[in-house]
Amino acid sequence: MRVNRAGAGNHRDSRLLAACCAVAGLSGTAGANTSNGYNLPIGVTDMSKALYGLHMEVFWICVGIAVVVFGIMIYSLVMFRQSKGAIADTTMVHSTKVEIIWTIIPVLILVVMAVPAADIILKQEDTRNSELSIRVTGYQWKWQYQYMNAAEGVDFFSTLKQDSNFARQLDSGIDPNTVKNYLLDVDKPLVVPSGTKVRLLLTSMDVIHAWWVPDFGAKRSAIPGYVNELWFKVDPGKEGVYRGQCAALCGRDHGFMPVVVDVRTPDDFKKWVEEQKAALKQAATPLPAPAPLPVVGADASPPKTAQVLN
Amino acid sequence: MAHEHAADTAHHDDHHGEPAQGIKRWLFATNHKDIGTMYLVFSLTMFFVGGAMAMIIRAELFKPGLQLVDPAFFNQMTTMHALVMIFGAVMPAFVGLANWMIPLQVGAPDMALPRMNNFSFWILPFAFTILLSTLFIPGGAPAGGWTMYPPLFLQGGNYVAMAIFAVHLMGASSIMGAINVIVTIMNMRAPGMNLLKMPLFCWSWLITAYLLIAVMPVLAGAVTMLLTDHYFGTSFFNAAGGGDPVMFEHVFWFFGHPEVYIMILPAFGIISEILPTFSRKPLFGATSMIYAIASIAFLSFIVWGHHMFVDGMPLAAQLFFMMSTMLIAVPTGVKVFNWTATMWKGSLSFEPPMLFALSFLFLFTIGGFSGVMLAIVPVDFQYNQTYFVVAHFHYVLVPGAVFAIMAAVYYWLPKWTGNMYSMGLAKTHFWLSTIFVNVLFFPQHFLGLAGMPRRIPDYAVQFSDWNMVSSIGGFGFGLSQILFLVVIVQCARGGKKASAEVWDGATPTGLEWTIPSPAPYHSFAVAPEIK
Repeated sequence: MRVNRAGAGNHRDSRLLAACCAVAGLSGTAGANTSNGYNLPIGVTDMSKALYGLHMEVFWICVGIAVVVFGIMIYSLVMFRQSKGAIADTTMVHSTKVEIIWTIIPVLILVVMAVPAADIILKQEDTRNSELSIRVTGYQWKWQYQYMNAAEGVDFFSTLKQDSNFARQLDSGIDPNTVKNYLLDVDKPLVVPSGTKVRLLLTSMDVIHAWWVPDFGAKRSAIPGYVNELWFKVDPGKEGVYRGQCAALCGRDHGFMPVVVDVRTPDDFKKWVEEQKAALKQAATPLPAPAPLPVVGADASPPKTAQVLN
Repeated sequence: MAHEHAADTAHHDDHHGEPAQGIKRWLFATNHKDIGTMYLVFSLTMFFVGGAMAMIIRAELFKPGLQLVDPAFFNQMTTMHALVMIFGAVMPAFVGLANWMIPLQVGAPDMALPRMNNFSFWILPFAFTILLSTLFIPGGAPAGGWTMYPPLFLQGGNYVAMAIFAVHLMGASSIMGAINVIVTIMNMRAPGMNLLKMPLFCWSWLITAYLLIAVMPVLAGAVTMLLTDHYFGTSFFNAAGGGDPVMFEHVFWFFGHPEVYIMILPAFGIISEILPTFSRKPLFGATSMIYAIASIAFLSFIVWGHHMFVDGMPLAAQLFFMMSTMLIAVPTGVKVFNWTATMWKGSLSFEPPMLFALSFLFLFTIGGFSGVMLAIVPVDFQYNQTYFVVAHFHYVLVPGAVFAIMAAVYYWLPKWTGNMYSMGLAKTHFWLSTIFVNVLFFPQHFLGLAGMPRRIPDYAVQFSDWNMVSSIGGFGFGLSQILFLVVIVQCARGGKKASAEVWDGATPTGLEWTIPSPAPYHSFAVAPEIK
């Protein structure tokens, strides 16, 4: 985990996260999320924590079932071997009673899993009362972020960073291990405030993409003609840079359109918005045009509803 | 039919009693055993072709950075690997087994529609020649994933028409094969063999055949709409023209989910044949096994939405597809429990078919567990489109479907060739396959959970270690399959003669064990009596 502006750590999960940081740190890699390398990240939103909890609950239920079922299988393999003189009990062919039992027990187990799951889906789908909306548009192979609400007018593209882009060329001769945040870094990340319910409106201008940040527990497809909604609210104190990737095969460079989110405190975010707006004003004046500034699209008005776009 | 063949045999009398010499025997084959053999040989060939593509994928993913192939070619490999393995290796293998074994198991002289049988096989080499030739045309092969989602798939060049034509041909072949299975089972069972007395392999195929007839036309419809969108200016899936790319996903997965069961139900049938034989005990709860297969088949039609949760779906639909998907775990659980109960208090021995069946039992169940996890909608948002999904479906398809096919081959090969194969080599093949398949696919669970998306040619460096382990497993698994080929070729060439019952000392049941090994070219010309 690379948290640039890590908070003071005055929250419940700081110890767990610290442990994860330690693991990621020890492995010496540019770990971009709170995953320990073999499990889901606990993440930095209430949703990602809920998902992690549900994931572990279902996982342990599966492990429990596996221990019982595999245990019986292994016991049979050991005890009922012909080479050990086992004689088959050919009368044992059917038992309505046990068959009813092993139909009903799985049903009950599934109910135990489904109830909390349904509860979380309701929260996941509730995009009401968001404080900041951002229109996210997928392109082959970059993301466009267009802010609404207080940051209206801020609009830029986010593309794979140059050093990764050089290193990822076929036979580039550059060792990916020497590139910081290889394939998970962009020229201009999405900037959002912490402690704020951020709603993304996802669509695409060409093929289907999917916007994903594992640490937010947030993934949704960006589909041409559709506007999908997604929300996340990063815990205060968890400011930092979080990384993910496009998750839907979108052509040749599908593997090379990362999602990077820079989470800042609401105050820092406000400052950032002011800077962006000032830069925009400057860019609007004809001379001199600084090269790397974002182009303000001619049709910057975002779609209002989930309608088919033309 | 049998009568005609008998007349032919008198004319071209060679020492095997076969009707035609040389290439004509195969080109004009109407004998279910010849056609079954051709299907199986074709399937094995495609298994190696698709496997070679998998080796390219795993070689590129061996370490971060692009060393071997361009990303566009990498995407062609993932797409073609899936199409070749699904439509070229797994499905034809099951049809081949059906051709060989259904007439023998129901006591019929041949499949009901032998000329259609010939046609349904011979379509396949053409279909795959067309599909594979796209690798050599400008613009290359399909690279948008085997799911062919528009608009990506439609960005392609000439492969669009070629791949769609190939899929149409494969669909036609599958439908004809399925009709043949249904007609044979419904009309040609030996007198006295009522449906509930029929072996489980036939039952599983009967239900599979109905699934095929129900969904292959849906796939054909979906790809035809792609075709007209691409060439004739329609806008079924083109948002700019008022179409809907998500509609393709719905139509595709309405085919795609039953397709998953098309690839696993016959495997269930095979395992239900092999476990009782080497446990020396009848299958536990045979009737509930049939009901379980039928319920799985029914449920497979109402769960397609679980492939598309992240694409946006009404809340009610998410809940419905979650519940219906989880429900599949119940009949599947019944099957696993019944298999376990079959071994309980049995007298087990561990010949190669039994070893593969046992490996199936354990590893398919692991695939089932990850399936239940994937069904849980909210966390599916984290798993979907990652290597966790790749691990899941490879667990159900490789140590699931493919191991069941290998178990079937090791079970019936002596019946087909009349020779026993090398038990030592077969067991070596088993151990290498089972070990490497886990080295190959188990780490992919970790990769997916840690955040590695699927279908990417290069990855962030924190995914390096598990990818390297997975690739080593992949190379090991790939190389091990050469042993499989060696065992089959050796066995076809000769070896210790097999008895009629083949598995003396075990308890194989079914009519196929009442005829000599190798099975004579024409069997059950007179229907056997079933008590």
